[in-house]
Amino acid sequence: MTLSALVGRYWPTAALFALLLALWQLAVSALEIRPYLLPSPAMVWNALWQAGFSWWPHLWITSLEIVGAFFMAAIVGVALGTAVAWSPLVANALMPFLVFVNTLPKVAIAPLLLIWIGYGILPTMVMGALIGFFPVVINTAVGLSQVETDMLDLGRVFSAPKWKIFLKIRIPNALPYILSALKITATAAVVGAIVGEFVASQAGLGYVIANTQSSMNTAVAFASLIWISAIGLALYGVVVLAARLWAPWAEGVE
Amino acid sequence: MSTSLIDLQKVGMTYEAASGPVEALADISLRVGTGEFVSLVGPSGCGKSTLLRIIAGLRPATKGMVEVTGEQVTRPIPDIGMVFQAPILLKWRSILRNVLLPAELAGRDAGKLRDRALALLDMAGLGGFAEKLPRELSGGMQQRAALCRALLLDPPLLLMDEPFGALDAMTRDDMALELLRIWGETSGARKTVLFVTHSIAEAVFLSDRVVVITPRPGRVAADIAIDLPRPRTVELRASEAFGRLNFDVFRALTGRAG
Repeated sequence: MTLSALVGRYWPTAALFALLLALWQLAVSALEIRPYLLPSPAMVWNALWQAGFSWWPHLWITSLEIVGAFFMAAIVGVALGTAVAWSPLVANALMPFLVFVNTLPKVAIAPLLLIWIGYGILPTMVMGALIGFFPVVINTAVGLSQVETDMLDLGRVFSAPKWKIFLKIRIPNALPYILSALKITATAAVVGAIVGEFVASQAGLGYVIANTQSSMNTAVAFASLIWISAIGLALYGVVVLAARLWAPWAEGVE
Repeated sequence: MSTSLIDLQKVGMTYEAASGPVEALADISLRVGTGEFVSLVGPSGCGKSTLLRIIAGLRPATKGMVEVTGEQVTRPIPDIGMVFQAPILLKWRSILRNVLLPAELAGRDAGKLRDRALALLDMAGLGGFAEKLPRELSGGMQQRAALCRALLLDPPLLLMDEPFGALDAMTRDDMALELLRIWGETSGARKTVLFVTHSIAEAVFLSDRVVVITPRPGRVAADIAIDLPRPRTVELRASEAFGRLNFDVFRALTGRAG
């Protein structure tokens, strides 16, 4: 997109955003809302850069957890999805368990994860992976299976072995489906990381938010939210870029 | 005909449906000679596509005997080229790499066949499109690419299942001429073609013989020799002989006595 096209596409968003910010700032000063209830945008902006502590360790920990959860979900999801697509027997055996795990409220598992894995970033990663892996399983299985019968017949005519059909036809066919699921996983990984930090942690943006409850430093909580969404958006953007790069034939496939 | 490449004797096919067994094909006996162009004509659902897949060894017949090049067909047979109603090109591969797919699937060196693939694309009028993705080509061009793919390994037998069925009428007539040219109407070494269609005019225009199949269960209703001169030209469509043969096939299809 050219610059003018970008401006044309996004100016309504930018205008609305600016308007809301202005209203917010105005409301806070005009109605004299106390900062611990609702800090002004200016205070949030200050907290983003100077919170009385360094953001870096928290940003680092949370990013690590999110990226770790994302890759865990991606690898486990693709592996399970492939197993499901490979053989109906595996699919029949596995699917009920996967659906069961998926229906469990993950937050309820968080304390168990702490008992089993211990404190640190690992249980938080597992948490994010648990929330985000299921769509990857489903989309991988669907993408690997949705190949025209005629195309498979073509493979049979040339007596192509099963692995070759997988490699040359099924896997490329599944790629857009997988990348589409990973967009959901990217968001789920963020949720998982924050939930994990809420339950037990000594660092991370979720930890910072939990602490503002006692310190009444609401501006810092707002600033944390902005940092979290920045990390989430960055990961989401990377997945979208990867989709454009690796599956350009499937632009717009969801 | 000197030798028969395809020999079907009393072939029947019954499959299990929810409402009980369905007889799709019954008592089909048919010989196709080497180098012959034979069309199977019949209404939708008469089992002609199933018959094509039985000959390819992709589906088993439940009755009778199927022989190709003197050997009983029990599993998918190599050395055939298949063209379906949809081009079913792989969306992520360039046209050239789609044409080379059979080589890769069959475990042959695709690199060595690159020149042949390019020559086929040239012949099909797709010379400038080798590096394009399928979605950048029209339906007719995609189907021509699918034909090139079927021809890559130079199979002696081409099985075509309503290959032009999804194309508009004008493109369809052009493709018929194109197919005859590629088939080698003017050269000596012609491939054997079994061509499924529901268009009478298309069958008569292309074929040496038109085999009419009636539906439920599919049976051979007539085997009509098309004694029109080759190479076939557009003008042929206006000739009296062409009209008469069209009517013969039509009569056989509708079961009207002459």
